[in-house]
Amino acid sequence: MLEKALKGGRGYWSWIAVLLIVAATGFCFYLRQLDYGLGVTGMSRDVSWGLYIAQFTFLVGVAASAVMLVLPYYLHDYKAFGKITILGEFLAVTAVIMCVLFIFVDLGQPSRVMNVLLHPAPTSILFWDMIVLSGYLLINIITGWVILSSQRNEIPPPPWVKPLIYLSIPWAVSIHTITAFIYAGLPGRSFWLTAIMAPRFLASAFASGPALLILLCLLLKRCGGFDAGSKAVQALAKIVAYALAVSIFFVLVELFTAFYSQIPEHAEHFRYLFAGLEGRTNLVPWMWTSAVLALAALVMLIIPPLRRKEGWLAVACVAVFVSLWIEKGLGLVITGFIPSPLQSVTEYNPTGTEIAITVGVWAIGFLILTLFYRIFVAVRGGIDGAPDEKAAANIKY
Amino acid sequence: MKLYNGGIIITGIVIFALLITFPFWWGKGEKNPAPVLSVDTPAINQLPDKRCLEDASFMRKNHMKLLNTWREGAVREGQRLYTATDGRSFEVSLTGTCLHCHSNKDQFCDRCHNYMGAKPNCFSCHIIPGEVNK
Amino acid sequence: MTSNRREFLKIAGASTLALLAPAILCPARTRGNLSAAEQKSSLLHPLTAKRWALAVDHAKCSADCTDCITACHRIHNVPDFHNPKDEIKWIWTEPFSAVFPGENHPYQGQAVQKMRLPVLCNHCANPPCVRVCPTKATFQRRDGIVMMDYHRCIGCRLCMAACPYGARSMNYRDPRPFIAGINPDFPTRTKGVVEKCNFCEERLARGLRPACVDACKQKALVFGDVENPQAEVRQLIEKRFNLRRRANLGTKPQIYYIL
Repeated sequence: MLEKALKGGRGYWSWIAVLLIVAATGFCFYLRQLDYGLGVTGMSRDVSWGLYIAQFTFLVGVAASAVMLVLPYYLHDYKAFGKITILGEFLAVTAVIMCVLFIFVDLGQPSRVMNVLLHPAPTSILFWDMIVLSGYLLINIITGWVILSSQRNEIPPPPWVKPLIYLSIPWAVSIHTITAFIYAGLPGRSFWLTAIMAPRFLASAFASGPALLILLCLLLKRCGGFDAGSKAVQALAKIVAYALAVSIFFVLVELFTAFYSQIPEHAEHFRYLFAGLEGRTNLVPWMWTSAVLALAALVMLIIPPLRRKEGWLAVACVAVFVSLWIEKGLGLVITGFIPSPLQSVTEYNPTGTEIAITVGVWAIGFLILTLFYRIFVAVRGGIDGAPDEKAAANIKY
Repeated sequence: MKLYNGGIIITGIVIFALLITFPFWWGKGEKNPAPVLSVDTPAINQLPDKRCLEDASFMRKNHMKLLNTWREGAVREGQRLYTATDGRSFEVSLTGTCLHCHSNKDQFCDRCHNYMGAKPNCFSCHIIPGEVNK
Repeated sequence: MTSNRREFLKIAGASTLALLAPAILCPARTRGNLSAAEQKSSLLHPLTAKRWALAVDHAKCSADCTDCITACHRIHNVPDFHNPKDEIKWIWTEPFSAVFPGENHPYQGQAVQKMRLPVLCNHCANPPCVRVCPTKATFQRRDGIVMMDYHRCIGCRLCMAACPYGARSMNYRDPRPFIAGINPDFPTRTKGVVEKCNFCEERLARGLRPACVDACKQKALVFGDVENPQAEVRQLIEKRFNLRRRANLGTKPQIYYIL
């Protein structure tokens, strides 16, 4: 099936070329980082995690969101999702690969990364994160590939795939819970030390992931010749709406606890986010943008006439994705460090090198996603393209 | 059976064969003598009995493993004394013990390492005597 | 010649004192002054404890004194990058409001407001940094010291996020060019690893107290085994009121500030 990724028109190959160039540029900047050290980034003694870990945190959520397609279809027989579960699984694979890449570029001594496996430390959540992420990658790539090849050959998938798919459902929840545990168990960081960290992560994951999936489905309809079906897209949109509502609610309850209790330790971080501390206001415009985008998107997704129009839906999904990218990445990871345990406010400004490497990894992600989706579209084109609807109906999932 | 695109295939096979046998024919006839290590250092010349921790053949084969054991033992277990097979005891220290005698790193350690293409990164942290300002 | 037991003991005692005099009078012995044999033999008499702790008697600190910092950073090859972003510090001073957040108030006297206390790794008895390290590059010894294994560290900086005291520093670049006078008796670190105070475990192995403790002319830093009732540090913290930093977090820090 891989050979299907090699057939495409001029648009396809130009897109691949652009992605390759961006990825190669990022790689060159990464070589500079390897040579100089992580000092080429904006990270400091006080803010020791930056853009890379922010992307990792956000993308684990996107990866987990595949469960939002798998669960309704495989557990509750929601047929509309039947065609696109593979899209979700491939997106999950891509997101997990990006996560691993972002962790890798964030390491100070990447050549020693195998130490995590050579000297396992079961008390460390990062150790478990590595295990569950690798497992999730394997599960999704196996199930996605096997199901797609079965569809291509117009035969039912082998029976052992079903238990694996069922396993992926709690596994998806676990990868994001464990990532949240990295933050939520640290006694010294009052901004993160809250039980709602894991639920917040999951809510924003289930909003941002399916939003991206909707955008990809709309894109595939435009230029891939694959129609996911308006029922599936609308169902996804409703999922995004509910998840977004829950995510906004979780942020509001956090704000309540911080500002009603008036405990400085808790309130200061939020004050930095929305008003600035000691005159330092780097993140303030970002957070308000994120808030406005989230509320606007919620309105667009809740009002059915707006949601049903693809234009509005696309705008809403972009708004959701960007809003949650800001909130989870910048708003969550960076703010945990500001103010520092010694009460000082050190701001974080990503450098050009850091941004180039980040964009490079995103380009690699989109490259993998493009290849996967090209294969998917080609396979489905062979099935759905058949003028006879019965041929498509003969496919057993 | 007809070989389609024979020209391209044969050319490809020839190029592949050349590349895969590269290490065998590149530099044929060049002399690459084995390294000669110098143990002529002030510390070694002062030793009444010129012996390392263990005998030379053991050290040549196992010094990497020995250093790894030392590393784990000294840092993680606090074991700073090493007892050689002949009963002599030494302080576990790369700079302080090994390089104390072998202070001519570039004429001793580096000669073999460069010949073998080995690049131990110990010295990014561990100090080479004589190379730092006091 | 006639000699009795009392004479013999007098001569033996005097000789012993004479032999010990250099050790007592010159505590800042560096390894370079010792021969290989002497260095080895010093390893046979390490200082041991059930749990090492440090008491900081701030009343004895002189204003603007940085002797402990200078001594520590010099012998451990701690670099100076001249910019706060990449800064590495093992021991430094902070104002009272930073050391004990939440304890300061507007009516606290000037003496307290202006107070600067030395802060360093607390070598907690329940260290969160050890719990989170994915490779056990930071680990706890049996004598309580929280150690760094620079060979194993992958530079993920989870320990820096976990430390509630901001005690850890990352080598964001190669430190070698930024060390003023490299001490050849202690390695440097390399870029990409996290470092922090190690309670001078390499000196403890030779029967020497930590450099900061020895460097303090006012004897404001008292180091010892807090689980030994006879130790000076234990008696000091039993007698005088003392606080630990953020003790409510359950990390059981072992730096006791006498206030």
